[in-house]
Amino acid sequence: MSGENEESAEHDETDPLTVHGLPAVDVRGTTVVHTDVARYPGLLEALHAEGFAFCADLCAVDHLTNADRTLPDGIEPQRFEVVVNVRDLAGHRHLRVRCQVPGVDTRVPTSFHLWPGTEAMEREAYDLFGIVFTGHPDLTRILLPDDWEGHPLRKDVTPGRVPIQFRDAPSTR
Amino acid sequence: MATTSSQPAEFRDDPAKAEGAAVAGTFDAAQEMHGRSETDPLELLRETGAGLRLPEGVALDPGDLVTEVGEDETMIINMGPQHPSTHGVLRLMLELDGETVLRTKSVVGYLHTGMERTAEDLMYIQGSTNVTRMDYLAPFFNETVYSMAVEQLLGVELPPRAVWIRMLLMELNRVSSHLLFMATNGMDLGAVSMMIYGFRERELVLSFFEKVTGLRMNHNFIRPGGTAADLPSGWQADVLALCKAIPPRLDEYDILLTGQPIFTERTQGVGAITPEQAIALSASGPLLRSTGVDWDLRRDSPYLAYDQVEFDVVVGTYGDAFDRYAIRLEEIRQSLHIVEQIVDLLPKGDYRVQDKKVTPPPRSRIDESMEALIHHFKLFTEGFKVPEGETYVAVESPRGELGCYLVADGGSKPYRLHIRGPSFVNLQSLPVMLRGGLIADAVAVISSIDPVMGEVDR
Repeated sequence: MSGENEESAEHDETDPLTVHGLPAVDVRGTTVVHTDVARYPGLLEALHAEGFAFCADLCAVDHLTNADRTLPDGIEPQRFEVVVNVRDLAGHRHLRVRCQVPGVDTRVPTSFHLWPGTEAMEREAYDLFGIVFTGHPDLTRILLPDDWEGHPLRKDVTPGRVPIQFRDAPSTR
Repeated sequence: MATTSSQPAEFRDDPAKAEGAAVAGTFDAAQEMHGRSETDPLELLRETGAGLRLPEGVALDPGDLVTEVGEDETMIINMGPQHPSTHGVLRLMLELDGETVLRTKSVVGYLHTGMERTAEDLMYIQGSTNVTRMDYLAPFFNETVYSMAVEQLLGVELPPRAVWIRMLLMELNRVSSHLLFMATNGMDLGAVSMMIYGFRERELVLSFFEKVTGLRMNHNFIRPGGTAADLPSGWQADVLALCKAIPPRLDEYDILLTGQPIFTERTQGVGAITPEQAIALSASGPLLRSTGVDWDLRRDSPYLAYDQVEFDVVVGTYGDAFDRYAIRLEEIRQSLHIVEQIVDLLPKGDYRVQDKKVTPPPRSRIDESMEALIHHFKLFTEGFKVPEGETYVAVESPRGELGCYLVADGGSKPYRLHIRGPSFVNLQSLPVMLRGGLIADAVAVISSIDPVMGEVDR
């Protein structure tokens, strides 16, 4: 897989906990794997092949004002994060993937082909954050109206600044 | 609609990049279902649920899609958002060939009020008022999952009494939620008297909730650090009366529904789904267990004190609407069994953590102590700060895995709060379950998922 490059190999010496060549930390008993967009699809494929057959959750976070958060060495903080929680039902394992997504190019490969259940979750992340999942079968808005402008859960969107949009409807009076 | 203004901002000034994204079909387009000729092949596969029917290891090839009927022989109709059997404002677009459903697409979002964004503007101490409104049939689960996430980041240890009070309320809430399912499921399938019986029994549970929390729904009773108050005196008698009153009524349901030929005819074999499909579609709760997958977070990823009570995880065999009904009926009995154990095991002690950073001083102290007054004022104006970190907590709600992903940046408000609603995810199984069935069965299938739109749309 694509994660086996020099950077992560070098990382192995300082931190023993790695998952498929990527830096990982143990957060209260849950393994959290950090990745960037380039190594994200390879990591998910490897996890899926390893037995993580159930994708519990996929969501996005906008870290615009939280750039100094704690991340393991070798992971560059970016504006967005796509967070995927996967489960291995047979082995009772739970694992979390945090993928750094730059704000200038929010394209992330879809995981629909691995877990079809991420379809609606990816649409939600697109709708609210503008993360563009390439290869997704039907990347349209899901919670907001079709003609909504912008992505309201981004930190540079102030609540209340956008007037509430209603479709043109004739007045009853 | 779907103009350049709604493109992601970073593409607006870069035509080449924008073009690349447009080729991938990523720009805003209508959420509705379209005719076959206007639909992307991959999307078509999804709407027919076909991608999941392929055997293991076979790649998706949109070219293989068999369009078995001509487009002029089929009809696309809307079901909802105001259809009585969609349990709120769920809109389904169905492609029909006569009465047979070929393609399904659910359109949601009619109840979206931006609750995840609202949560970012509320302090941790206020947050439970917000989350309790998501799944309005199981509010205690929302409050608990949120409180557990906050407590994990705070690193506070709950007093045992608070843990057990939470379990008591959640199990009773599971009973009331499943009773409402019994009522609506019965009514959707023509057993209208079931509607009255289900609501009658649910009322018993709700009046206990009212006695404990003061409210029948949206309780805001379970808060970070414990619960808002202790259980009222004499609660054991009330709970035991519930445990005695409900099982005979469940036996009546058995007579009314389980053995009733019309009901079994309309549910057995309807909306069937295989274990592989359910797992791939991230389905959880009774929907996953109906296929025979033995998975319950209460047992398989224990939280609170569920490892200290005895209960059976109920699983089905066929993955059809009848199995989902039968599982919920038996889960009511199992929940009451847990409740009976809780009455015996509930320990004495504090009902909330005695950490002054999290818990306000008792009302009586405020009149006596200046410090208590200042402390109370500070806690409710500034809130408490939660150290930087992120966590994902999940509980088994009546509908499935209810998750809460919480990111804290060290301030007094959540940096990001995401709720993984089980109904939102479970709805994705509809195209698979409805395909090839009759439109009349669609009502039975939607009802068997038991979606709550407040949680779907958040």
